[in-house]
Amino acid sequence: MINLKTHFPTPDGIVRAVDRIDLSIREKETFGLIGETGCGKTVLGLTIMRLLPPSAAVEGKIIYKGKNLLEVSEPEMRGVRGEEIAMILQNPTTSLNPVLRVGEQIAEAIRLHQGLNKRDAKEKAIEMLGSVRISSPSRRTSEYPHEFSGGMKQRVMIAMGLACDPSLIIADEPTKGLDVTIKAQIIELITKVTEEKAMLLITHDLGVAMELCDRIALMYAGELVEYATAREIFDDPLHPYTRGFLGSLPNRGLVPIHGMSPSLIDLPRGCRFHPRCKHATEACRRKHPDMVEVEAGHFVRCFDA
Amino acid sequence: MLDYILKRVFQLVPALLLVSVVSFSIIYFAPGDPAEVLCTGPDGNVHPKSVEEFRIKMGLDKPLHIQYLIWLNNVLHGDFGYSYRSEKPVFDHIKRAFKATFKLSVVSLIVSLVISIPLGIVSAIKQNSTMDVSCMVGASLGVSMPNFWLGLLLMLLFGVYLNWLPVAGYGTGGDLEHIILPAITLGTGSAAVTARLMRSSMLEALGQDYIQTARAKGVSERVVIGKHALKNALIPVVTMVGLNFGYLLDGSVVVETIFGWPGLGRLIVDSINMRDYMMIQGCMVFVAILFVAVNLIVDISYRYIDPRICYETA
Repeated sequence: MINLKTHFPTPDGIVRAVDRIDLSIREKETFGLIGETGCGKTVLGLTIMRLLPPSAAVEGKIIYKGKNLLEVSEPEMRGVRGEEIAMILQNPTTSLNPVLRVGEQIAEAIRLHQGLNKRDAKEKAIEMLGSVRISSPSRRTSEYPHEFSGGMKQRVMIAMGLACDPSLIIADEPTKGLDVTIKAQIIELITKVTEEKAMLLITHDLGVAMELCDRIALMYAGELVEYATAREIFDDPLHPYTRGFLGSLPNRGLVPIHGMSPSLIDLPRGCRFHPRCKHATEACRRKHPDMVEVEAGHFVRCFDA
Repeated sequence: MLDYILKRVFQLVPALLLVSVVSFSIIYFAPGDPAEVLCTGPDGNVHPKSVEEFRIKMGLDKPLHIQYLIWLNNVLHGDFGYSYRSEKPVFDHIKRAFKATFKLSVVSLIVSLVISIPLGIVSAIKQNSTMDVSCMVGASLGVSMPNFWLGLLLMLLFGVYLNWLPVAGYGTGGDLEHIILPAITLGTGSAAVTARLMRSSMLEALGQDYIQTARAKGVSERVVIGKHALKNALIPVVTMVGLNFGYLLDGSVVVETIFGWPGLGRLIVDSINMRDYMMIQGCMVFVAILFVAVNLIVDISYRYIDPRICYETA
């Protein structure tokens, strides 16, 4: 992704949901995108899939296997969705179609992208359900989403995403709303099924990201503020926001970050984090910091680093 | 499933009994006497003797509750009695009128669905476009235009000026050329309401998360709309169309009258004018049964379009 911007013009002004983001995801890598609710994480995922409403203005480039996804035709993009890049959307409860059988919802993409006939696609759907460890999968494919529990719906969503063996998976908050034991199971499952695939994991749960990701980027008010390997983020966080985020973890003292994240319409001048930053100086108030590489592969957007 | 149907049918019994009691007593308390109406000679004078004879013959001299019980007993044995006017079995009249009404209702329903469903879907997809706005303005016009007026306009245009279709009548057995104008008249009114509902429930369905899921799978927009959204959007539409069909089957007095269609609505109004008690009661009970039956069918059909509804456990 190079200089990617997604803006939404609204009557109140332009919402800069994704602002000048540069990042790259390597093959077979799990990349974590972390930030508070409303910082633009999901919009970034949807931008990659080109699933935003027509009102969204997208600029920049998304290069996938040498092609700029923002320039390919809509039919070509449909071939990419599900087949090359799959997105596991948040809220499995509302993201499954209530009137279609679970098996059909999984088999649909298989028929579409792999050209299998109805029977073979159904076989494959049963196999996929089994691979996300749902018991008696052949019986359950003919059930409807309301007959599944929350954790099982999430498994179905994962099975659906993996159905066509995509090379990149965008997982949006896959552990949201699950209780601790189910969450652990889902994390284990994701670790296993994505071993051979690249994944962009969107989450606000730093614990989950630490466990799953090779590299992590922190997003604040539409832009990236720090990005490095998971280990470095954990051991040597440089941006005050990252530190604050880590400090708010239960095992690190549960210290909240004071204040609210700014409105994406009315962003503060200078560094976007300065109103909440304890170390803010005059420079932070006036100038917008650039992303600086402080160590090889460790980028941060702060004057202090 | 069978349990559910039986249970529902059983629940209908008290409702139908109540309908029969109410219709029976309303007629009794209404002014006018069938014997007097029927036994008025061409000179305008009532013949007391024949009135008396008629009363005894038809059992109208007995107390009301006895009359009711006799009637109810007969109905339970499938005998709706005889029309005071034609002296033919009430059920034969109802059967004939219902056949006419049924034909008209089915064609009207088809007209209504053919217009409303595609328009509703297109309006939803192209929300706020010129197409959408003109459809919805058309729908508002359709709702607010009175049936009799639309019927007369159609009659004037196609029957009188263009002379393509017969102005009114039933033909030999409700022929197609006779059915077109009344069916369009009835169909457009309900099409307007259905199109609006179709549009709003389609818009709601298209805003749901599972539509995003379908798109993320790489499904074409056609399939997203025709399969993922439509199946959900049709649920409320089926309810309304079902209820609408129930109303259509009861016969539309206005449309049947202006087009001279010998249906149930006209039969009821004519019988009321003639104080044909037996006929009115028969029609009332028949219409009540019809209405609850249509409702039951709609409820059962839910199960097939919305898998979340499960009657066994409910």
